[in-house]
Amino acid sequence: MKQETSLSWLQRVGRSLGGGTIGTLTLLLVSLWVVFALVIGDRFFSASTLQSMAFQMPELGILSLAMMLALLSGGLNLSIIATANLTGLTIAFMLTRTVPGSEGIAWVGWQLVAIAAGFAVAGLIGLINGYVIAYLNVSPILATLGTMTLCKGVAIGLTRGNVISGFPDPIIFIGNGTIFGVPFALVVFALCAVPVAILLNATPFGAKVYLIGSNEKATRYSGVDTRAVLLRLYVYSSLLAGVAAVVMMARFNSANAAYGESYLLVTILAAVLGGVDPFGGFGKVGGLVLALAILQMISSAFNLLNLSQFLTLAIWGGILIAVAAVPHLRALLRR
Amino acid sequence: MSGISKRFGGVHALRNVDLTLEAGEVHCLVGENGSGKSTLIKIISGVQAPEPGGRISIAGQDYPHLNPVRSTHCGIQVIYQDLSLFPNLSVAENIAIGQHLGGLRTVDWTAMRTIALNAMAKVGAEFDPDTKVAELPIAGRQLVAICRALAADARLIIMDEPTASLTRHEVDALIALVSELKRAGICIVFVSHRLDEVLEIAERVTVLRDGAKVGTFAADTIDSRKLSHLMTGHAFDYDIQPYHVSAAPVVLEIKGLGRDGDYEDIDLTLRSGEILGLTGLLGSGRTELALSLFGMNPPDRGAILLDGKPVTLASNAEAIRQGIAYVPEDRLTLGLILDQSITSNLTLTVLERLAGRLGLISAGTRKDHVAQWVSRLGIKVSDPENPVKTLSGGNQQRVVLAKWMATNPRVLILDSPTVGVDISAKDGIYEVIRRLADAGVAVLLISDEIPEVLYHSHRVLVMRHGRLTLDVPASQTSEPALRQAVNA
Amino acid sequence: MPDSLKAALARFRRSHEFWLLAVILLLCAGLGVANAQFLTMQNLFDLLTSYAFVGILALGLLVVLIAGGIDISFTATASVAQYVALAFANAYGANWFTVFAIAMGTGLALGAINAQFIQKLRIPSIIVSVATLNIFYGLLIFVTGGKYIYSLPDWFATGIFWFEFDWGKTSSYGVNLQILVLGVSFLITWLLLNRTNIGRQVYAMGGNPDAAQRLGFHTFRLNMLVYCYMGVMAGAASLVQAQLAQSVAPTVLVGKELDVVAAVVLGGASLSGGVGTVLGTFLGLTLLAVLQNGLILLGVSSYWSQLFVGLVILISVSVTAWSQRERRARRVRA
Repeated sequence: MKQETSLSWLQRVGRSLGGGTIGTLTLLLVSLWVVFALVIGDRFFSASTLQSMAFQMPELGILSLAMMLALLSGGLNLSIIATANLTGLTIAFMLTRTVPGSEGIAWVGWQLVAIAAGFAVAGLIGLINGYVIAYLNVSPILATLGTMTLCKGVAIGLTRGNVISGFPDPIIFIGNGTIFGVPFALVVFALCAVPVAILLNATPFGAKVYLIGSNEKATRYSGVDTRAVLLRLYVYSSLLAGVAAVVMMARFNSANAAYGESYLLVTILAAVLGGVDPFGGFGKVGGLVLALAILQMISSAFNLLNLSQFLTLAIWGGILIAVAAVPHLRALLRR
Repeated sequence: MSGISKRFGGVHALRNVDLTLEAGEVHCLVGENGSGKSTLIKIISGVQAPEPGGRISIAGQDYPHLNPVRSTHCGIQVIYQDLSLFPNLSVAENIAIGQHLGGLRTVDWTAMRTIALNAMAKVGAEFDPDTKVAELPIAGRQLVAICRALAADARLIIMDEPTASLTRHEVDALIALVSELKRAGICIVFVSHRLDEVLEIAERVTVLRDGAKVGTFAADTIDSRKLSHLMTGHAFDYDIQPYHVSAAPVVLEIKGLGRDGDYEDIDLTLRSGEILGLTGLLGSGRTELALSLFGMNPPDRGAILLDGKPVTLASNAEAIRQGIAYVPEDRLTLGLILDQSITSNLTLTVLERLAGRLGLISAGTRKDHVAQWVSRLGIKVSDPENPVKTLSGGNQQRVVLAKWMATNPRVLILDSPTVGVDISAKDGIYEVIRRLADAGVAVLLISDEIPEVLYHSHRVLVMRHGRLTLDVPASQTSEPALRQAVNA
Repeated sequence: MPDSLKAALARFRRSHEFWLLAVILLLCAGLGVANAQFLTMQNLFDLLTSYAFVGILALGLLVVLIAGGIDISFTATASVAQYVALAFANAYGANWFTVFAIAMGTGLALGAINAQFIQKLRIPSIIVSVATLNIFYGLLIFVTGGKYIYSLPDWFATGIFWFEFDWGKTSSYGVNLQILVLGVSFLITWLLLNRTNIGRQVYAMGGNPDAAQRLGFHTFRLNMLVYCYMGVMAGAASLVQAQLAQSVAPTVLVGKELDVVAAVVLGGASLSGGVGTVLGTFLGLTLLAVLQNGLILLGVSSYWSQLFVGLVILISVSVTAWSQRERRARRVRA
């Protein structure tokens, strides 16, 4: 009896984290950890290794959250990278053209204004995406393909493809500083992931997103203004891309129209690896975080082993297929 | 065929079923969900093999089991409920594609057209063979499916729930077509839920229950009451409900409501505790009217009054706020979100109410809400986190009812609430509806099954061509009278 | 049969392709008036040549989309095929036939891998192709070190130039490799989709996979064919690109997936399967090509051209969606 309740409790925890995928991913993470520990040894556990892992993950992580939101609703957001770059350029533009004084209140204030302006741009792009998808019924892939090209076009047009660089210290700190040894960028990631998890799991809005992802029409017939939900969702997705923009520009101390373009498909890879259903309706932030940890661990380990980063890409792809095949293989075994 | 059994794991889907089908007969197969009808069809069409020991004999030739190719070769064609057509292809291609499965050969468009036109001539279909199937109405698509079966030289056509989405007029046309096919020596097997239709069309009826054959009966020796008894093992007798709510306050009043192309001049009143039955043919405007009352199909003219005050229902969210709930006819795509959990479905309509401080919904609140409704409506649930599609039809419909009852509606609109629900589970749903009415909810019960509205409402309305043509207490009318009013 | 012709015309008038064609004609007329260069043979041939790579890939993707799947690994497939074929040609010598056989064979093999993953492991095609994009590309760069090949066999670098003819006094035109392969690809894809039983089965399977299964289609073989076809097209496109660029560049193709997707979906193909035509794809491709080319001819700085492309995509898909909604609303009312 006792055993049974504890089992069901475990099951419930497992399910609230994202079901069978979580189990598979945890197992994978632990086994990779063991394998790399054996192969690489102490170096794998050194503080600098851990820190370098933690510095690289946040920007991909935040972008993946942005992608995940759209995927959950049965959509897709191809414009996240372009949004991030346009946001980053907006902030960079403001920071490099006018800097009132140095280290005064106006100086800090101006940086905040710049970041706010960046978010306004990101929010506007989100509104366009959301409006076109929710109210004009354009398929998300097409709509965001359009805004992606548009944003990149604006960014290239304004900068002529040039890099804008040289930011004040507080901005640099966001990408490169640490708090008690923890990279600040990782803190930013946590500050995104936790609210997104709460939003999805414990608010009416989140519940509606999942239901829309499975069946938008039935959700509408239940009295949900699905269009308003989708509009809000794409704004959130865009704002997350904006946060990623700040982290990215801070880490590189520069902004450009074409940074991070190779991330686009990797965010889909990470989300799907984390158990997000590419057709919508299912997926948890916990799964995504595990997936990101796995991807980052492989990348860092290969780096320590002096293996090509491109081999890392190939292994990432292989892992995605392996994890995606687990449900079918499990069903085969059961038969 | 004789001695047919089929097991899935430990479950007997079919036990020792014998069935004889003769050329040129119309044979109906009835039974509740899970009685083994679909398994039997799959064995006949060769999709599944029976357990060893069964024997299938076609025109004197014995087979231990069939496969799809052999069964097609023997002239067996199944028309599934979803029709299995290709909406993106033309009528001609849909009809003739079975004859054009060969590999890298060029398409013979002329032959394809000839095959299609021949088949269409047999059923008297008169549409352009180049039309895309997606552009045809349901009845037209059904004809295409029949043509495809004929083009494959069918001698036995099995039709699964062929009338489910047809209007009465179209059903009549289908029945006429079936007798035509019969004369050509083709055997037709009808699988249907609608017992009065079964009796109208069939010569013999085979009843299945729990995987076993109850018997085969000549259609003129039984009636629908006996048939439902045979299917369920229970007798269900309903009495007409007395009209006792004439003194209760009017909750909903509609005056001169009209919407171009949908309905016109609708006047009705609905009192607290009243169950108002609304029947009419598919396309008579009943669903459109219901959607207007639910804020999803704004009327062009007239007024909707709640408690005597005129309201404008601009959205269904507004309608829900005003205390109106609507259970759509199509439970599987509109009523429920099948892949999501029972919990998600049950809480969908009341998410904002369940949210506490900071707009967060605690797991406990959610669980309590679900537990409360599961027990109140007696929904059989092993784990509320399972997808709602794992429930039976009757339990699914209870989830839909619970989700709407949770909004505390004053007016509950039910559009064909028992479609696809077993006879025995139907009874439980009627019980829930009665209890709601007793608690003072005004119920609008829409159905195209005349006995359903007659025996489960206090008052009956009939709708024809977008107008209300009859408004009568249930106690002052009868099945034949209503049937006349609906079809006249 | 003037009646059926009339019906066919009416159907065309209502189709996506009709509107696309109208937009393109308007655009061409405008550009022709604004800049005399636009409507010259020179410009036409240049356009076809430079868009051959995207166009050939778009045809492969069209077939996959019609079948109800998706593939975005084709740029990686093309990179691999290009490298294998031309590295082989450099090492052992080859001719036109053998390089194309090797490139298309490589593409076919990689497409077959995709199909196996999708069918045998029951993984959605979007997941498989995101994964194999990374696998193919990652392994290619890992093995080759990402080095470009600049020295190509002379016969390959020279290319072909058929049916040469003179136009005016100064210039002569002919069918080059890019235009030839693009034309052949269009022809073969059109024949496959519209003139063979297999092609019609691909449409049918995309329109209703369950029904296809029930009617006894060999869905495994059909899917295999579709992904292999995509691979073969990627192989052909890769050589066209290498010949144009006069080099093998393993890192420049990956990242162009969305250009191809844009051309196909602008052409009316649906991501949910069963819908899409060769004509539509041609028009989608033409729209993108004419637009970019037109902007350059109008003297718009190349920095701004992408902005206009984005605007056109966004506006055209919005207008299409909006007009479809209107039509549906009217049909409900009627």
